[in-house]
Amino acid sequence: MEVAQETLTTPAPKTAVEVSGSVALLEALIVEGVDTIFGYPGGAIMPIYDALFDYNDKLNHILVRHEQGGIHAGQGYARTSGKVGVVFATSGPGATNLVTGLADAQIDSTPVVCITGQVFAHLLGTDAFQETDVINITTPVTKWNYQVTDANEIPEVIAKAFYIAKSGRPGPVLIDITKNAQIQKFNFEGYTPCNHIRSYRPKPIVRPQYVEEAAALINQAKKPFIIWGQGVILGSAEQEFKAFVEKSGIPAAWTVLGAGAIPTDHPQNVGMLGMHGNYGPNVLTNECDVLIAIGMRFDDRVTGRLDKYAKQAKVVHLDIDPAEIDKNVKSTVPVWGDCKETLPMLTKLVEEKQHTDWLNTFNEYTRKEVEAVIHDELNPTTPEMTMGEVIKQLNEITKGEAIIVTDVGQHQMVACRYAKFNNTRSNVTSGGLGTMGFALPAAIGAKFGAKDRTVVAIIGDGGFQMTLQELGTIMQSGIDVKIIILNNRFLGMVRQWQELFNERRYSFVDIQSPDFVTLASAYNIPGKRIDDRTDLPNAINELLSTKGSYLLEVMVTKENNVFPMVPQGCSVAEIRLK
Amino acid sequence: MSNQDIEKQEFNITVYTENQIGLLSRIAIIFSRRKINIESLNTSPSEIDKIHRFNIVITESEEVVRKLVRQIEKQVEVLKAYYHTNEDVIWQELALYKVSTDVIAEKVSVERLLRENGARAVVIRKDYTVFETTGHREETDNLINILQPYGLIEFVRSARVAIIKDSDGFNRKLREFERLEPGEDVIENEYLNQGEKVFTM
Ligand SMILES: Cc1ncc(C[n+]2csc(CCOP(=O)(O)OP(=O)(O)O)c2C)c(N)n1
Repeated sequence: MEVAQETLTTPAPKTAVEVSGSVALLEALIVEGVDTIFGYPGGAIMPIYDALFDYNDKLNHILVRHEQGGIHAGQGYARTSGKVGVVFATSGPGATNLVTGLADAQIDSTPVVCITGQVFAHLLGTDAFQETDVINITTPVTKWNYQVTDANEIPEVIAKAFYIAKSGRPGPVLIDITKNAQIQKFNFEGYTPCNHIRSYRPKPIVRPQYVEEAAALINQAKKPFIIWGQGVILGSAEQEFKAFVEKSGIPAAWTVLGAGAIPTDHPQNVGMLGMHGNYGPNVLTNECDVLIAIGMRFDDRVTGRLDKYAKQAKVVHLDIDPAEIDKNVKSTVPVWGDCKETLPMLTKLVEEKQHTDWLNTFNEYTRKEVEAVIHDELNPTTPEMTMGEVIKQLNEITKGEAIIVTDVGQHQMVACRYAKFNNTRSNVTSGGLGTMGFALPAAIGAKFGAKDRTVVAIIGDGGFQMTLQELGTIMQSGIDVKIIILNNRFLGMVRQWQELFNERRYSFVDIQSPDFVTLASAYNIPGKRIDDRTDLPNAINELLSTKGSYLLEVMVTKENNVFPMVPQGCSVAEIRLK
Repeated sequence: MSNQDIEKQEFNITVYTENQIGLLSRIAIIFSRRKINIESLNTSPSEIDKIHRFNIVITESEEVVRKLVRQIEKQVEVLKAYYHTNEDVIWQELALYKVSTDVIAEKVSVERLLRENGARAVVIRKDYTVFETTGHREETDNLINILQPYGLIEFVRSARVAIIKDSDGFNRKLREFERLEPGEDVIENEYLNQGEKVFTM
């Protein structure tokens, strides 16, 4: 590459310069504001990595230990920064290792752009070495994907990729670039981001009459109830949402991915919905008269049995994705649009109210739940520690300011239930796909996405063993991630189901673990294991005050269950306290 | 038969799309993922330059079809998708029949056969003749039954093509659809007829 980079890293050079497809790609990333790339090299993406060698002052590349780690890191980065996560992988096995993360990002609407290398175009379809039909493999798990076989396409395709990944309902995009296109020289006329694609309508036009109808329903309601999801966060509509909640005086509950959009301690925040959510919001879903669903998609983990879900209620559904309206729950008034636009319109039309008695009904249920479940979970008298008390201790020290990244299982539900969030973009978890192995790499990405914030990963002993090789990424990148392993010596959540629904037939959930602390030390990460409650405050203090990463393993009760619980096939009102 | 089956009927799904490699598989996945069988699928250029049109026939309940259409519309390269019952559209399938010229010349009054079935001969060679007819399934099936005894050598039937009965065509449908499912109107789309000038590949 002959051209000096100074002349290149500008949005639009006056005259075209001859560059390789690889250089054009990196230039495009810079204009898109990319600062961090998570990736893993290989033969078919070597020209891009070769070009990257000259760009290391502008693009920070984090070498992960597995492509799945790369994409989860990209997801963590996107979730905390609000920007697009970028991931590089080579062809064949490199690309197929991205599939789990793509599926995860797709279902959780996370904007990521994956660039995969591909064999030379003339070898496509010949079963060449490391050739896989990545486009067809990833079609069901991407918002969009495209194979580039000619360098001339690169600027347009990358522009399109970023626009699609981040606009409307965000999602993952994969661009597969053949090796010849990476090498090929072409006349690069600069890079212009994309802001329109003829066939793509990222968000529907808001129809004011629906907002008016929604406001009328809300104003007449005696027992209105707000349930919100990640759409509020994805739309950066936290302020608009808070204004709506506060003016309307309506109690509001959240889905796992909506956590943190308004602070946990907000007086109108009545808790978490769904299978392991809070008692009040679940039961009262079947008592409210108007249900206002904002940026959420009525996932089956939230609704339980659909034919018994909020049948008495008129439903107002605000969503940017037309396909979500009436998909699972029929709406009385659909409000299509970006909630950043629709919420202020609605707030203007709703009457200022206080639903004190109705809000107290929630508080009454909370009291019941505290008595039956929460008190003992957070203040146990048994010798062994509970997951809940660890989270409680963490809350006391972080004061709700930390980013909490969780893996999947009991600890995830406990963390989501009890962790306090003062800020938005603080709860990073695999909500829709429930991907074990998500947390460790996602926490790495989360820290890169929010360097000034404390990132705490809470992981089960099972899930940690799925991607623990990313300790190597922590070691090499020097990133500061606080890891808490809640070790119950079981694949806890599966064991809970076996206990409750399979007569305690504990089939293959008894999992042995290595010495995690020794393992961490092999990666130069300090750590400690505790199994005595009295050590907990000090240990968490040490975890948080140690400079750099730290691993704390907490031995918790083996057979503890997460309650309340809406058993599968039951209505949300049938939620069990024990 | 369950209630669901009773509600099921044939629906004609019409999809306007960019002409893009891989889109067929994206659309097909929407059906296969839900274990819905596509009975007929036709794709061809539309009346608008560089816009392709899919005609898809499935047997399902309207509720399922409505949701499918929304999922189809969600695809980046899809401009618009609609669904119609058979009553709402005029539809046709093309069929070709190959028979031995000798047999057919000897044994049948070809002229009558063609007249009665609205068919025509496309090719007449020494060794075989190819007839063509267009119509609904029963009509094209009918000619199979007639030709079968005379040693039908080969038969092929095309996917269904359908056009909306309403004199306003898709125009009015589009607006109706927009009322239920707001979005930028395709017809109002300023980029629609600008072909290469717009950002598309
Ligand atoms: C990749 C993957 N495999 C399997 C599962 C099924 N699964 C859900 S929770 C769970 C147990 C998790 O155990 P652990 O990580 O120890 O966490 P705990 O539930 O004990 O907190 C399993 C196996 C999953 N969600 N993801």
